[in-house]
Amino acid sequence: MAGDRLSLVFGALADPIRRAILTRLTEGDATVAEIAAPFSVSQPAISRHLKVLEQAGLISRTRRATARLSHLDAEPLREVTTWLARYQRFWDESHERLDELLAALQGEGKDESGRDNAVLAKGTDDG
Amino acid sequence: MGKTQITAEPGIPQIIITREFDAARDLVFRAYTDPELVVQWLGPRDLTMTIDQYDVRDGGKWRYVSTDAAGNEYGFHGVFHGTPSPDGIVQTFEFEGMPGHVSLDTLTLEEQGGRTLARSVSTFQSVEDRDGMVASGMEGGVHESHERLTELLAKLQAG
Repeated sequence: MAGDRLSLVFGALADPIRRAILTRLTEGDATVAEIAAPFSVSQPAISRHLKVLEQAGLISRTRRATARLSHLDAEPLREVTTWLARYQRFWDESHERLDELLAALQGEGKDESGRDNAVLAKGTDDG
Repeated sequence: MGKTQITAEPGIPQIIITREFDAARDLVFRAYTDPELVVQWLGPRDLTMTIDQYDVRDGGKWRYVSTDAAGNEYGFHGVFHGTPSPDGIVQTFEFEGMPGHVSLDTLTLEEQGGRTLARSVSTFQSVEDRDGMVASGMEGGVHESHERLTELLAKLQAG
């Protein structure tokens, strides 16, 4: 199910080193040694991170001669992007509408003293 | 105008939404608590929102239904905890499509020079609940967005 995959992907992304590894792999495939170079972490530790990324479907690994190359698989990340984009759209659009409403209320609010009925009437006519 | 900032950290069952509005705090508070105003802005434009009840007081219940163009209905409800004020609106939130999965939402409004910063923190029962909520609860009238892989990675990197 998509939900389970999302959990795996989020679990894999929860670690800053693993996120850095993914960023490195956007530049191209790399060996464990190349991936480990910028980190003060041992190669076996990097290998463990690669395994987690592989299980989440975020990378695949191939053998070329003696080196093992890691390759970024973007598809699960697209799922995550879509996931966030939906939520983002909900709130972006709500807040844009709230901007408009607040502007309308402020326009009406100048000469208003008591309850807000005049304001409410104004606000409804653009929906 | 402001830009809606959404933070959903991997591994932490929370979503934080911040947004600045060009209005005084009391007015923003009214827009969040007066049901006649809430229906005018909450949710995407292609959904119609109907408020069932919106009893803004300690222990008061709220419930609304969003309807999309195809007639699908999405119900949401919860309870206010404590007396809502511009300093804090605390409420539970439950999507009726996922009963029993409840989040606790806290909204605070902070005024800075006539503008108001709204900050909402939603805390879910688990990371899975948060992900499920976002994946299914906000689905009505969805457009596909651009896939910005490297931007996402940069964001994750910074976070």
